Amino acid sequence: MSHYWRRRLLNYLLLGLCVACTAVAVFPLLSILFYVAVRGFQALSPEFFTQMPRPVGEPGGGMANAVAGTFIMVGLAALLGLPVGIMAGIYLAEYGRGRLADVIRFMTDVFTGVPSVVIGVFIYTVVVTRMGSFSALAGGLALSLIIIPLVTRTTEELLRMVPYTLREASLALGATKARTIVSVVLRSAAGGVVTGVMLAIARAAGETAPLLFTALSSRHWSLALREPMASLPVYIYTYAISPFRDWQVQAWGAALVLLLTVLGLNLVARAVTRSRYRY
Amino acid sequence: MVATGPDGRQAAKIVVENLNLFYGNLQALRDVYLRVPSRAITALIGPSGCGKTTFLRTLNRLNDLIDGVRISGKVLLDGQDIYDAATDVTSLRRRVGMVFQKPNPFPMSIYDNVAYGPRIHGLRQRRLLDEIVEKSLRRAALWEEVKDRLRGPAVGLSGGQQQRLCIARLLAVQPEVILMDEPSSALDPVSTLRIEELIRELKEEYTIVIVTHNMQQAARVSDVTAFFLNGEIIEYDATEVVFTRPRDPRTEAYITGRFG
Repeated sequence: MSHYWRRRLLNYLLLGLCVACTAVAVFPLLSILFYVAVRGFQALSPEFFTQMPRPVGEPGGGMANAVAGTFIMVGLAALLGLPVGIMAGIYLAEYGRGRLADVIRFMTDVFTGVPSVVIGVFIYTVVVTRMGSFSALAGGLALSLIIIPLVTRTTEELLRMVPYTLREASLALGATKARTIVSVVLRSAAGGVVTGVMLAIARAAGETAPLLFTALSSRHWSLALREPMASLPVYIYTYAISPFRDWQVQAWGAALVLLLTVLGLNLVARAVTRSRYRY
Repeated sequence: MVATGPDGRQAAKIVVENLNLFYGNLQALRDVYLRVPSRAITALIGPSGCGKTTFLRTLNRLNDLIDGVRISGKVLLDGQDIYDAATDVTSLRRRVGMVFQKPNPFPMSIYDNVAYGPRIHGLRQRRLLDEIVEKSLRRAALWEEVKDRLRGPAVGLSGGQQQRLCIARLLAVQPEVILMDEPSSALDPVSTLRIEELIRELKEEYTIVIVTHNMQQAARVSDVTAFFLNGEIIEYDATEVVFTRPRDPRTEAYITGRFG
């Protein structure tokens, strides 16, 4: 009988511990969300998206250039990074055998863990110094390097989850391997791949360090890819550490916009994943 | 089509000569000779791991995909060696189709599953595709059950329906030979009977090779039976002979359920 009670006690003890740890993990997350939502909401207004930043002391104004800049550079990063990441993932899952593939796989994992500031410095040395100026192009390139390893690995893992029997079914109908990969494997894994892509883009959208060294920032409305470009993360950074009250409030607004963008991407990803034909 | 031979026996669609297959150092098939009659059902029986599935997969070169497989010998389809360097594997697989042990419909609609084969072989016209899909589904005895939900997901069908869908998907590319790897082992008895009925109907037009663990099934549906043991064919004859007057004591031991 005492044995029985000891087991029950241990059971409750461990359960309690798990609940407590979950609370500890979730609490900061929820506080951040709550804090950003409350503080950011005060700064948000239609002008935030339509107006340009104003000089210190002048009330009002917005961050239209930073919102546009973030979209342009993240879009550029997606354009450059997604094909590379998805193709590399296909290679690793479907063709990669032996040492070369193992090395690539390992390097991709390492690449995922490289601090983003290192990527910023790298692009700074390789692109910015050669081009002679900070540019949106360099910023997009840096962000694409954040996206590539993430997308490569998720694509690979999701393609591997597609049952082998589906590949055989397609091949046995006389399909080529390439055709099988496109029409059956990728299609079966599409929902998951899209989710992975969205998460990678969301991650890139929030990066600050790589942009500080590459796109820098700008106080003006500029869509030129060869010139410095404003972005939300960098604006958050400069405004939040500024001594001006107005700017700090606007930094909260920018943080909320960024947060909502990421949230939106995740929701889109979830909606897309809910396919009718899923396994 | 191959005509009936002068001795009254049906001509062979596939002739296998001296076939050996190795997985690395392990020999899975030894000196296999087999004559697969045209428009008839050939059953391959034998205990687990005896090489019957491996053998089946040599007939459409599906073993090519596995690393470390070596094959020697000949597999003649209408007199042409399919292991010849000149053979186009995709057109071979189009002629020699396969139904797998577990139903494996694609995660697409019922329609797209059946249309998959014709589409990858270049057919685009909607009207023709519609025709092929209907004809194939009718031939696989599935049309009446799915005609109102062709755009619905294939994975929503029952196991037996899924297997018939896989057969329809195969018929849509108009194969000459159909390989079946224990097509009803994952199905309930009623679905199994429906599949068997279908197999018997299909033999009017197709040459069928079926691997089965179910002795009654082999006896019920097949015309000729080959008994495999440890990668060799021990006995090969008309099904009736193999099941009533087997020549080899090992065959008798197996079909009477003393091992396997």
